[in-house]
Formats: sequence, C-alpha cells, structure tokens
Amino acid sequence: MTIEIFMQQLANGISIGSLYALLAIGYTMVYGILRLINFAHGDIFMMAAYFMVFSIINFKLPWYVAIVIVITASVALGVLLEKTAYKPLRDAPRMSIMISAIGASFLLENLATYLFTGVPKGFPDIKILTKSVSLGGVSLSIATLITPFVTLILLYVVLFITNKTKIGMAMRAVSKDFETAKLMGININKVISTTFIIGSSLAAIGAILWGSKYPSIYPIMGVMPGLKCFIAAVLGGIGNTTGAVLGGFILGMAEIMLVTFLPSLTGYRDAIAFIILIVVLLVKPTGLLGEKVTDKV
Amino acid sequence: MSILKINNVTMQFGGVTAVNNLNIEVQEGKIEALIGPNGAGKTTAFNVITGVYSPTKGNVIYKDENITGLTPDKITKKGIARTFQNIRLFKNLTVLDNILIANHLRLNSNFLSCTLRLPWSNREERQMREKSEMLLDKLGLLGLKNETAHSLPYGEQRKLEIARALATDAKLLLLDEPAAGMNPSETMELSSFIHTIRDEFNLTIFMIEHHMDLVMEISEKIYVLDFGQLIAKGSANEVKNNQRVIEAYLGVEEDA
Amino acid sequence: MMDKLNNKKTKLYMNILLIALFAAIIILLDTDTIGDNYIRRVLNLSAIYTIVSLSMNLVNGFTGLFSLGQAGFMAIGAYTVAIFTVPLAERAKIFYVVPQNPVLAQIELPFAIALVLGGLLAALIAVLIGMPVLRLKSDYLAIATLGFSEIIRIILTNAKSISNGALGIKGIPQMPTMWVFFGVAILSVVLIWLLIDSSYGRAFKAIREDEIAAEAMGISLFKHKVMSFAIGAFFAGIGGGLLASLLATVDPKQFYFTVTYNFLLIIVLGGMGSISGTVIASFVVTAGLEVLRFFDDPLTLFGVTIPIFRPGFRMVIFSLLLMLLVLFFRNGLLGQKELSWNLIFDWFKRKSKRTGKGGTAQ
Repeated sequence: MTIEIFMQQLANGISIGSLYALLAIGYTMVYGILRLINFAHGDIFMMAAYFMVFSIINFKLPWYVAIVIVITASVALGVLLEKTAYKPLRDAPRMSIMISAIGASFLLENLATYLFTGVPKGFPDIKILTKSVSLGGVSLSIATLITPFVTLILLYVVLFITNKTKIGMAMRAVSKDFETAKLMGININKVISTTFIIGSSLAAIGAILWGSKYPSIYPIMGVMPGLKCFIAAVLGGIGNTTGAVLGGFILGMAEIMLVTFLPSLTGYRDAIAFIILIVVLLVKPTGLLGEKVTDKV
Repeated sequence: MSILKINNVTMQFGGVTAVNNLNIEVQEGKIEALIGPNGAGKTTAFNVITGVYSPTKGNVIYKDENITGLTPDKITKKGIARTFQNIRLFKNLTVLDNILIANHLRLNSNFLSCTLRLPWSNREERQMREKSEMLLDKLGLLGLKNETAHSLPYGEQRKLEIARALATDAKLLLLDEPAAGMNPSETMELSSFIHTIRDEFNLTIFMIEHHMDLVMEISEKIYVLDFGQLIAKGSANEVKNNQRVIEAYLGVEEDA
Repeated sequence: MMDKLNNKKTKLYMNILLIALFAAIIILLDTDTIGDNYIRRVLNLSAIYTIVSLSMNLVNGFTGLFSLGQAGFMAIGAYTVAIFTVPLAERAKIFYVVPQNPVLAQIELPFAIALVLGGLLAALIAVLIGMPVLRLKSDYLAIATLGFSEIIRIILTNAKSISNGALGIKGIPQMPTMWVFFGVAILSVVLIWLLIDSSYGRAFKAIREDEIAAEAMGISLFKHKVMSFAIGAFFAGIGGGLLASLLATVDPKQFYFTVTYNFLLIIVLGGMGSISGTVIASFVVTAGLEVLRFFDDPLTLFGVTIPIFRPGFRMVIFSLLLMLLVLFFRNGLLGQKELSWNLIFDWFKRKSKRTGKGGTAQ
C-alpha cells in the first residue's frame, strides 16, 4: 500500500461521500417534513441521469444548457411525484402513503426499463468534467475533484434557505409540528413543494456528477444509492441537513476504506450501509446530530 | 394506605419543564382528582405514571414497588390502567374484541398452543370470553358486543374505554378527562357509573377532569396543578375556596 | 330466494360442495386428465405466492408493520432446500468452480425437513434483524428489510462455497404431485387463519389499530412485533423452499427485491386485512402476470404495429395498477373482511333489489 494509492482512495472516498451526501439531503428533508421515506428519490436521481443522456446525445445540446434542462426536468418530476402520489394520501393511514412511495419508485423503474430498455446506456463524456488532473501524485477527474466542494456549497445554500429565509422558517415549523403549522396559516403545499424542489435539484446535480464518474446508466441504478443515502441520513440524524451530509461522507469513506484495506471483501461493499444502520439503531437511534423526538400522547 | 406515590417528579422536555417537583399520594379505594388549567401538566403526569415518559427526576411507587421508567405494558401488568383524553379505542374492531384484547396480558398460553388450539389454550380463550361478556353485561354494553367500536355513540365509547381498562384486571384506574364532550345529564350518569365500578370492583380511581361539577361531586381528594406545579390539595371545599386556585383559573384582578 | 338459502345447513352443503369441486379439479390436473404443464406450473406458482403473500399480509396488513423483506426470506428458504436436497452424488458437478463447503457437502436432507429448516432459518434471521429495528418506531423497518433483502442477495452471490454464487444451484429434486404445493398452501392458510383468530391475532390487530393504546392495555409491542415478523418470515421461507423445488433451480437473480412488489400488489388488491382476499388476489395476480405476457409482445392490428406493446409494458401496467389501487381503492377487494356466504348473499340481495327482481314478499 503506497501513500499514493491511499491518497487516491481517500480522494475517491470523499468524492463518493459527497455524492451520497447530496442524495441524503433530499431524504432527510422530506422525512423531516412528511415523516415519509421517499422511496422514489433514488429513481429521480436515475431519471436525471437519463435526461442528461438524452439531452446531450440525442438532442445534441451543449453541456451547460443540458445541465439546466436536466435540473428543471428533475424538479418537475419531483413535484409531479409529490402532487400525484403523496398529496392525495396526506390524510390517509400511514401505510397507504408508504405503499404509494414504493409503488411510485417501482413505476419509475419499470417505466425506465420500458422506455430505455434495461441495457445500460453510456453517460455522455463531458470533457470539462472528465478531464484528468494530477495533484501530488494522485490522478483525479475534474468531476471527482469538484464534487466535495459542490456539495459543501450546496449544503451552505440549503442551510441558508432553511435558516435565513421565510420559506425556510416555514419548513422548520412544519417539521416540528405539522398540525400547528397548518393552523398558524402556513401554506403547507408551498412548503412541501419547496422541499421536493430542493431535494430533486440536489439529486439531479448528484446524478450529473455521478454519471461523469460511473458512466453506466441503467433503470435500477438509483436503488442502491437510494437505500444507502437514506441510511446515511439516519446515521447523521434524520431531519438534520448537516447530519445528512456528515452521514453521507462517513458512509462513502467507510465503503472505500473497506475496498482498499480488505479487497477480498469488495463484493460486500453494499452491505456496509446496512451494518451501519443496525449499529446506529442499536447504539444511538437518533443519529449523530439528531434530537430526541417525543410523541405527544 | 396509599396505593400510588409520586415522589419529587420533574419532567423536562428540552427547555420546557412540564411537571416540576410533583408530590402526590393517592389513597387506596378512593376517588381522587387532578385538576388545573389547560397545559398545567396533568396528562404529562399521567404519562409519567403509566411509563410513556421516563421522568427527568423523581420516582413513582405503586404498592411499595418502584415502577419508574418501566414500559407501559409492564406497568399495566402490575395493575394500573388508563383511558385517554382523545379516546383511543381500537376503532375498526368490535366492542367484544376491544375487551378481549385487554385480557391478552393475562394469557399464559404461547402463540403455538393458541394457534394449534390445544386444550388448555381453548380453555383460556373460553374463560376470557366469559369474563369479557360478564364485564360488558355488568356495564350495560353486552347488547353492543358485535358492533364496531367507532360506530358507537360518543358516551358509549367513553364507557367502553373505561370498561377496556377495567378488563386488564387493574386495581388503579387513571381516567383522562372521562367527561370530555358530555352534557350535564351524561356527566351525571358518568358520575354514578364511576361510583358503581369503584365499589363493585374495589378500585382506586385517579382522574383528570375539567368538568368541575363532576370533580366536586365525586372526588374525595383533589390536587391542583398550575404550570407544572402543585398549588393546592385537599377536599372539594378546601380547594374551591383556595385563593391560589381561584387565581390560576380566573387570573389575578388587575389593580384599577 | 336468497333469504331461504341463507341458513346454516345450506352454507354447510355449499362449503362441502366447494371443497369437493376444488379437490376434484386438483386431482384431474394432477393426473394429467385435464390441463397441461403450463397450467399446472401457473397454479403451483399461485399456491406458492398465496403462502408468501399471506406471510406478508400477516406482518403488514394485520400487524401494521411495513416490511419489504419477503424476497430475502424466500431466498433463505429456497437456498436451504437447494443446498440440502440435491443428491450428494450430483453436488460436485454443480459446484464445479468453487467446491461446496465440506460440512454442507456431506449433508443430504429429505425435502420436508429441508423445507421446515428453511422456514426456521428465515425466522431466526428475522428475529436478529427485528430486534434492533422493532425496539424503536417501526418506520425504519421498510428500509431495514429492503436493505436486508439486497444483502442476502449479495451474500448469496459472493459466498460461492455455500451458494455456488451467481451460477446458482441446479438439479433440485422436483415434486411429483401438485398436492405438495397445494397441501402446504392449504396448511399455511389454515395455520395463519388460526393464529389471527386467536388472542395473539387480536393483539397484532390492536397494534395495527393503535400502538399506544395496545401498549397501554398491557401488550408488549416489541415482543409481539418481533413475533409477527418472525412468523411472517417463516412462511416466506417455506414459500421459497417450495419455489426452489418447483423451478428445480435457484440463483440470486430470482430474489431481486422487485419480487416483493408482486406480493405487495397482491395484498393491496385482496385487502390488507383479509385472508381470503389475499388468497383470491394471489391467483388473480399470478395468473394475470402470465396471461398479460402478451403485453410484452409486439401487437399488430390490421397490418399496423402498435408501438406501445413491447417488453417491459407488462410491468408498467402492473405498477400503474398498484398506484391506482393505493390511491383510489386502498381497501382492495375485501378490505378487512373475509369472504363468507353472508357476504355473497348480501351482495346478490343488493343487486336484485336494484333490478327489482325476485326476493321474498316483504
């Protein structure tokens, strides 16, 4: 194990961790407000990747236009998802909305298989992202390099929105007490839509960065990342945005460290998230930065 | 002899102190009440007693046993049962099922012998049914036994919830606003109902109530809570004329 | 006329008639007097799906937990049967890349024992997963079970000396008669029905109705949730074991978590609190999945190829169906009721009232 390989893997770990962090923010925000695990979030991520493929390869748009289109389309999809699958069931028993979330996820995956076939498509090679740079003996693509910074900047933006804007205050109120916030005149629909807009844009950005790193795009590519990123959100403290980012980083690093130091167990890489979940639930169920929530009886 | 002792119980949620250094002793066989303005901490106190919350400080003693921090199901097994402010019946299940479920905690058979309908399990099931139907009969609810709980009129639902708590073989009943939403004649009926079950089943009853007529009529001792603090305790007359109690409910007169 | 029929004796005769009819059909199919292999296979699969769907309904519909792990528990049952029932002489041929684990390579078990063992193993794993997750609010159960389902698949793909990895295990002895599948299915339905009709079943329903009230009435949430979860896993394992024998091969790809969605569709369609609903829906959905395969083939009408019909369309239709059900018909066919003669008679009564026909004089 040379120092170069270690540094290389460290960079990879941080990069992957940042991607997980981007996705985890969406999960934690939706759960914080609706107490719902948005199973379809990972599939929005997947659709965003496909949108990018089509924008650049089929419609031959320049990359900077494509990025805008992809983010817009993903946001539209996210809001549509909320309005058709979640909003009608807001007053229904919890089981129903959970089934709807699973059903929506399933539908998106099947739709993608039907429309795009299960054969993986190649993510477009955006030269500005895939170009390789060398830093102290470590070779990274631009995408890998900028990902952590993009994540931190976006985290700052999200925190700014939640803490310093009116809609952000409304979001915090709703996540603390849904019923009272409604009674206080807060526009619940606007708050929920905003949450999905933020989550979906982050997922789209994550998909673009992901695709530059892992160019194979297929219909169920969002499932594992989705599962893992929810677990990352739980690790960080569900409902806590900073926690989600922290959880994502930790998970990403843990995976890469496993692959680096125990290469024979590489096949079990995806199991780490699951083990982390069990450990968190056994040791500190509220997560690293989470607060204890008591139910009013 | 005191059946329930709440010793120096404080309950804090983050920065909010819902209950502050509460000391209560409920006497066995009596009907006692906990009153106070809204938000005074009464239901919180109930939740601490029944194990829903673990108190920040202090302990709860039931029949000389420290039950602080036990889970609600264990506390019910010891003999304390409660009703809820907002009626928590098993809405889609029948009246009889609601009562039968309250018998489950006393079941000795395991799930295998119940499923395989082994003789001793069948016997236990039969006994549970007889006991439940007898209870329903005594409380005038037997005719409704196959009705769905949520189809019952409001007054009957409250009665059923009390019956369900009774079915757990409890010796101490905690009733959370049993008369909520009732008109004066229903409240009268409830008052004699509570007296009857206390006498019939040798119970101790501790209730939270806002209907002052009910409280004054049947309580043998009253505790008054305000902002989580105990501000008065005593008989109905003593409490009625207590200055602090009057101020808590009506506010202090402004100097003109 | 319906009122005259609605008495105990008639119901008894009708039940006997139905059972006899059912048995007759199975016997005819079994002895190859009617039907063909394809129909037998679909029916056997329906029987297996009934068992697994019912196991899921026990946990999700009756206890109110949201578990998505049936595929994983099925896999455990399936692989237990696969690993232990393939004749010892055949093992080396199958485990040709990485030899089978020496301990396992010596053990061969009769089908019935391997089947039950698979169920018990699945139940054990369910207890291990359930303990950390069910101590707290059951919100995370969905993710935990989904994750576990995937982890099982990953382990099976990687632990080559135990499962033969991605190659899977072939040559699993098959059952000579449909009665194995239908017999176990009938037994499972009866057992689950008996459980739900017992005090424990009522406790499960209480947890579903109102967890907090259930706990206040002395029911230990943890103990009963784990119990329900483990029993559900047991039956899912049994279903998996039967599947292994039906298909004669197992491989990790059969147990993608997407398989669990089939069972979710079934229990929502049948009614999440209804045993008979689940049984009916299992047959409807399994048969439906087969019959609707034509959605996946190009359709030509009057010489024009309609582009909608191509591979993957079938599953899109099914996912849409699930969404429509949960959005507009969340009680499914029977909701929380069971199919009974009373229900059927009442339905006829209502229909005849509307068309102004028949009925006894009032």
